[in-house]
Amino acid sequence: MNNAISSSRNTMHESASSGRSVSPESVALHVRDLTVAYYRKPVLWDVDLDVPPSVVAGIVGPNGAGKSTLIKAILDLVPHASGSVEIFGKPYRRQRRLVGYVPQRESVDWEYPITALELVAMGLYRKIGWFRPVSSPYRKQALSALTDVGMADFAHRQISRLSGGQQQRIFLARALVQDADVYFMDEPFAGVDASTEKAIIGILQRLRAAGKTVFVVHHDLETVREYFDYLIMLNMRIVAAGPVAEVFNSENLKRTYGGRLTLLDRAVDAMGRTPG
Amino acid sequence: MITDRLLRVLILADYNTRVVMFGTVMLGVAGGVVGVFLLLRRRALLADAVSHAALPGVAAAFMLIMAFGGNPRSLPLLLLGALVSGLLGMGCVLFISRFTRLSQDAALGIVLSVFFGFGIVLLGIIQRMRGAPAAGLNSFIYGRTASMIRSDALLIGTAALVVLVLTVVLFKEFRLFTFDPGFAAGDGWPVQRLDALLMTLVVSVTVIGLQAVGIILVIAILVLPPATARFWTDRLSVLVLLSALIGATGAYVGTALSASIPRMPAGAAIVVSHGALFVLSMLFGTVRGIVHELFARRRLARTTLKQNLLRALYECEEAGDVHSAETQWTYLMHTRGWSIRELKHAVRLLRLDQAVYRSPEGQWLFTESGRVQAARVTRNHRLWEVYLLEHADTATAHVDQGADFIEHVLGDALVAELEKAVPRFGKVVPNSVHVIGTRGKRA
Repeated sequence: MNNAISSSRNTMHESASSGRSVSPESVALHVRDLTVAYYRKPVLWDVDLDVPPSVVAGIVGPNGAGKSTLIKAILDLVPHASGSVEIFGKPYRRQRRLVGYVPQRESVDWEYPITALELVAMGLYRKIGWFRPVSSPYRKQALSALTDVGMADFAHRQISRLSGGQQQRIFLARALVQDADVYFMDEPFAGVDASTEKAIIGILQRLRAAGKTVFVVHHDLETVREYFDYLIMLNMRIVAAGPVAEVFNSENLKRTYGGRLTLLDRAVDAMGRTPG
Repeated sequence: MITDRLLRVLILADYNTRVVMFGTVMLGVAGGVVGVFLLLRRRALLADAVSHAALPGVAAAFMLIMAFGGNPRSLPLLLLGALVSGLLGMGCVLFISRFTRLSQDAALGIVLSVFFGFGIVLLGIIQRMRGAPAAGLNSFIYGRTASMIRSDALLIGTAALVVLVLTVVLFKEFRLFTFDPGFAAGDGWPVQRLDALLMTLVVSVTVIGLQAVGIILVIAILVLPPATARFWTDRLSVLVLLSALIGATGAYVGTALSASIPRMPAGAAIVVSHGALFVLSMLFGTVRGIVHELFARRRLARTTLKQNLLRALYECEEAGDVHSAETQWTYLMHTRGWSIRELKHAVRLLRLDQAVYRSPEGQWLFTESGRVQAARVTRNHRLWEVYLLEHADTATAHVDQGADFIEHVLGDALVAELEKAVPRFGKVVPNSVHVIGTRGKRA
């Protein structure tokens, strides 16, 4: 590795931890040198991250920037060429119990013969353990999570007969019952109705208030200031990472989104004018 | 004569029939159970590749047995060969689709044909070996139950039992990883090992099915029962039970047919029985069976038509400017843009319901119950319109169409919620948000 790259990485790292020096235990997610390649094409390159706990962190970037891949690589779902991931100062593999995951809604077959309640109960399998069936206390727990996301009335409905927003809500409910400390959500806002969007925002705020750390892959730049307090701007590499107020500016947006600029400038202008 | 024989077979009068029946039915159950997860994993064709890949294993085992002077008709040894090369074939499919840019269907095609071809080559060599009873090997291609002896049936039964126990014990884990492997892996479950186990079960069932059903058709006992059962249930536990039952039924019927009709190969008879069950279920199944769906669609179309006419008549009466049969007919045709045929059909339906009758002057008038219905329909429609206008930011012009579409599927619970959302109307029929009547915008 040549000096130019490592020095530029150091600069980025400093901006990522916003200049503070942090002890490993107070870092919810620590990623070092993470590189992922499909065949010989790199998708993520030398990603370094240090994210403090109790933040709702947005992950933004253009299509193909590697946002989903970043989450999947952190969760060890895709093989990495190199790199290490730590959750609260210990290797990810030893901290799996602390991690919850909401995959993209399109990643599963919604015709699968399963009810909303059974799907949510999957979040409890880890607690239930091998071989044992889902007993009634666990079913009650799943039902109360469904109630939390406003879906109690649909508990026994087959999942294909739910709307996109409702499907997303039960995905979230499943993650909630995992009772994790760090959550990774892959585009939870994609294709949902307005009331589901509000419900998801409510859940994110509750999670943050409970001291959880949440990572959210997100597409809509207009809502970044409103939804997140921490932002990871990604385009194969980390362009910027830090509190939204510090990193969400036109210069970083240009570096993240590259060519498509004219409209962006105006969007950023508009966002600068909105309070919050 | 055939019926006599069929009866003897069905009541399992003969020892040989009992042996064969036990073997095929156990096979049907095992195939039905494992097949559910194979289908849910979307790997149905992998079973086909595996069975074809088993042929060179059978042939190689045969040659090895000959070379060491053993009994080349020993089923367990031949199946061991089949298991090894079946697993090898599956490994090749997964290897090719993972480490090259070829898609899985290409990998399946390659492995299936190359292994099978290699198996045929080996069979050709065996046929030229001196003193080799090679005829038995050909039966693996199409399947033959006549040669099934007690120990074979017990082997199948034991293997099926192991498969069943594993599936029941790992039901929750199989459900988790076949539904959402990404989540399962993130949750810390050994998805690859579970997947490997499931695929091993698939290979095992395929291999024990080779003797009875044959290489070409064995995929059917894995794929048809779960696909058939899916037309009857949305619940996985019921699906597994039903699939097992269907697997057993198809095997039983097929075996019985094959035993009572001369020269009827068992494998083909079993597959055809399964096929018949599948077609019946596809047509008449209660969960998305074709007939069921058609009826539901037709019912909705009829309800929609009737409700639209009820409302049109109600609004026509409300407007109060229709005085003759002719103006009524014109009004009705204009409001909904109905053709004469549609309108006549709708009127006929309402008349059958005794919601309307024809006055001596030829006008269509409500019966008592018809008026109650019409008031309810109109009220629901207008509540829905008001709700859409006030809560959904829909442009007025679109409201009527949206209301039209959805109101026909409103249940009582939804109507109650509507009343809560738009409380000020109480139980009366609210005024329309549009101008109604022949002098209105639609005239």
